[in-house]
Amino acid sequence: MNLNLIIIIPLLTSIAVLFCKGLKQVRMISLIGAAIQLILSFVLLYAYWQERAAGNTSTFIFEYNVAWYAPLHINYHIGIDGISMAMILLTSFIVLTGVLVSWKMPARTSGGEMLSKEFFFLLLFLGVGAYGFFISLDLFTLFFFLELAVIPKFLLIGIWGSGKKEYSAMKLALMLMGGSALVFVGLAGLFFNTNTGDGTHTFDILQIAQMHIPVEVQKLFFPFAFIGFGVFGALFPFHTWVPDGHSSAPTAASMFLAGISMKLGGYGCLRVATFLMPDAAHYYSWIIIVVSCIAILYGAFATMMQTDLKYINAYSSVSHCGFVLLGIGILTQTALVGAVMQMVSHGLMTALFFACIGMIYDRTHTRQMSELGGLLKVMPFISTTFVIAGLCSLGLPGFSGFVAEVTVFMGSWEQTDVFYKIATIVACASIVVTAVYILRTIGKAILGPLEKNQYSLLKDAGWHEKWAASLLIIGIVAIGVVPFWLNHLIGPGAETIMSNIKNVTIIK
Amino acid sequence: MWSDYLQLIKAEGLVAIIMFILLFLKLGKKERNTESLLHFINVLLVINFISGFFFNAEGTLFGDMFQTNSLLSLEKNILNLGTLIISLQSFQWLKGHKHILEFYMLLLSTLLGMFFMISSNNLLMFYLGLELSTIPLAALANFDLEKRTSSEAAMKLILSSAFSSGLLLFGISMLYGATGTLNYQELSQQLTGTPLQILSFVMFAAGFGFKFSAVPFHLWTADVYEGSPVAVTSYLSVISKGAILFVFVSVLYRVFQNISVVWYNLLFILSVLTMFIGNLFALRQQNMKRFLAFSSVAQVGFILIGITGQSAAGSASVIYFILIYIFSNLGAFGVVSLVSAVTGKETVNDYKGFYKNNRMLSWVLAISLFSLAGIPPTAGFFGKFFLLLAGAGKTSSSGWQLNYILITIAALNMVISLYYYLRIIKAIFMDKNDNPVEKVKSTFSPNLSFIICVAGILVTGFASSAYDYIFSLVK
Repeated sequence: MNLNLIIIIPLLTSIAVLFCKGLKQVRMISLIGAAIQLILSFVLLYAYWQERAAGNTSTFIFEYNVAWYAPLHINYHIGIDGISMAMILLTSFIVLTGVLVSWKMPARTSGGEMLSKEFFFLLLFLGVGAYGFFISLDLFTLFFFLELAVIPKFLLIGIWGSGKKEYSAMKLALMLMGGSALVFVGLAGLFFNTNTGDGTHTFDILQIAQMHIPVEVQKLFFPFAFIGFGVFGALFPFHTWVPDGHSSAPTAASMFLAGISMKLGGYGCLRVATFLMPDAAHYYSWIIIVVSCIAILYGAFATMMQTDLKYINAYSSVSHCGFVLLGIGILTQTALVGAVMQMVSHGLMTALFFACIGMIYDRTHTRQMSELGGLLKVMPFISTTFVIAGLCSLGLPGFSGFVAEVTVFMGSWEQTDVFYKIATIVACASIVVTAVYILRTIGKAILGPLEKNQYSLLKDAGWHEKWAASLLIIGIVAIGVVPFWLNHLIGPGAETIMSNIKNVTIIK
Repeated sequence: MWSDYLQLIKAEGLVAIIMFILLFLKLGKKERNTESLLHFINVLLVINFISGFFFNAEGTLFGDMFQTNSLLSLEKNILNLGTLIISLQSFQWLKGHKHILEFYMLLLSTLLGMFFMISSNNLLMFYLGLELSTIPLAALANFDLEKRTSSEAAMKLILSSAFSSGLLLFGISMLYGATGTLNYQELSQQLTGTPLQILSFVMFAAGFGFKFSAVPFHLWTADVYEGSPVAVTSYLSVISKGAILFVFVSVLYRVFQNISVVWYNLLFILSVLTMFIGNLFALRQQNMKRFLAFSSVAQVGFILIGITGQSAAGSASVIYFILIYIFSNLGAFGVVSLVSAVTGKETVNDYKGFYKNNRMLSWVLAISLFSLAGIPPTAGFFGKFFLLLAGAGKTSSSGWQLNYILITIAALNMVISLYYYLRIIKAIFMDKNDNPVEKVKSTFSPNLSFIICVAGILVTGFASSAYDYIFSLVK
């Protein structure tokens, strides 16, 4: 199977949108394109399993490698392993549901125009960046796609957002570009310390993974790469773009931000920082754990204080993404699997959450908890979906959140040091806090008496919203009830990364 | 025999021929249809550009004073392309101007000067070319005949040029005193790094610093750029700067290679200052031309990083970046020039809500600004990436890993610069304005220039063959 399709089809879809006229055509083309992407990712999954079943044991399959800038040793190199496959699936889910949720283009620009063409173009173009990032096996290609996914977010938030949208958009763009500036320094540092044998350097991830980069170099450049990607993944002191960005963005853009963009960071930390610089990953492991524990707890407590539904979900994202970084910091195979599972799970769950909040906002025109109440009576579907997202968020068994978090915790128990156990216990404590704010939100907004009389006239979800929510719920439950398939998918990928790390420890 | 010589100075000859044609046109009939005249000149420039690809020879002329090869021909043709784009863009402005032919005469004579400068193989020839390219520029800066600021700009330009030429000449004469030669090859062997040589190099570099407006020699830039007509501003900030940088790279790499330790440190300081101060000034500019002027100061800082690389990759990245920079900066200047010519609006506030009535122009401006900021998928991303990569590739001689410090500063400066580019984007797409710019009618020539610019921005990055070609020539 040609892996290039996974970039070309989203790209063609987004370009096709530019040639459409009127909202109806635009959204139809977007829907078709997004549906093809979802189907394609399932076909890819099937082909992946087939390859594996046929005994293909190479780390990455469907590789495609051509020289791009030969004098600089830059290649266009793509390929997937289980981890990238999981991320591709996640992306295609989010893209399709994002398109469905924005079916009616609720948000108008400040000029009062629809600009539907531009909206869907940017949305789909963001997807191109994400797909490309997840399948890149060359650091240059990876960096290219990473930056590709930033500016569409700026425009999406700034043009169609709400609240202090310009501020949030600018903050997001600058912080993310700052992150990628750090990533760039890390990549350049790595590049000039590789040696392919004949004195030339390489950007190829697979080749670098085989080499042993000098430990001093790793120690110098690991922080650049990790913090750089960490900014994308809401690493603790650099998470401040998350709440503002998410809450100002239009619904679909929030879903993309939380569901895809933040995953770029986690994936980058894993694939570039940890995989290529295992020594340094060991060396800095404790710092990562401490910082991510702070993020988990701080995020949870900060959420308790929020009254705006979107802020609640945004801060809880900081807390949940902390688990991703915690899993990466713990450095055991189970924990790594847990981290990737948490990425997928959090992506689906937050997207569902934001979709629900968007639907509620479209109808009630408020996101303040105090002005909501008793929604279950008037819109049972949306409310039930909201409750499901909430329960998944607080880690109820049967939903994906539970599986992912438990895997991370179990992974930490594989480390014998007491430090890891303390960290895990601290992180576990956040679950209680999560339960508090989730249950409180559900109790206030969904249950209880109807807050305002005019709410009784509101309609429940339309077909497109039902589809969007159902798709995401299917994903969440499929992971929650039968986690093995995802585990098997991610397992070998995590094993490759682990084997690199174990090698290093022995050499030491 | 003669044809061989002519072939060597083909690029210069063509420009001179066009100048003569224009001169004869001037002698002839008094009243002419300005539009068809402009179209005619543009066709000449297109022919000039296309023929730049063919019959390029290698060799030296005038007793080793002048040399040419494929790389230099390419550099000249890049400038040809830029001049063509500017000529297309200034259509709207020139249409109402009385002195079209004089404008082109002056413009082409500066271009001719740049060609001689690029092809120089001797510091004397270099100086000759430099002067030929600077003095007409001052006259060009004064081409908005009714505006006082335009005259002021011309005055400032000529004074600062004279001063910087003085510095350069001082450096050159000291260099001659220290080594007894002005020929590039002989010079490069004579340089050993004695204090006198280093002093003369510093003078020399300061003169260059003035010309490509590196901080602290940048102060003339903003006023001159603001006062001059937009076409001249874009010419100054793209073509003239590009030519000087081409020469700077080749002089540093070919002549001063022996004292590279000295100029590495010098460039380090210059580039950090240039990026930083250029960015700081650009942050608060309200006038679009001034804003683009300061952003172009900051861009020079990035180019200097590429030069510090001291490798084939460094030299290739600089040339490649200048090519991209021509597309991106001229795309932005083109829109500003058109809007300014039609409506007279030039400030950032005027661009609020610009998207409402001018969809296409907004996207051209946005894509150009993204390219200047170095955002993928535009070519600017590739250009900046390669410049910084070249800078990072310089193995540092001290234990400080200066190269990585430099690119870290540069990468963070890119974020600062992103802020002010996004500010314009924000004004165009997001800000409310009750009285936005009306629909600006664009004619064939500006449209063509926009197509060239946008296509250049979107294609040059992905088509690695351009870079490969430059790299193969540099090697």
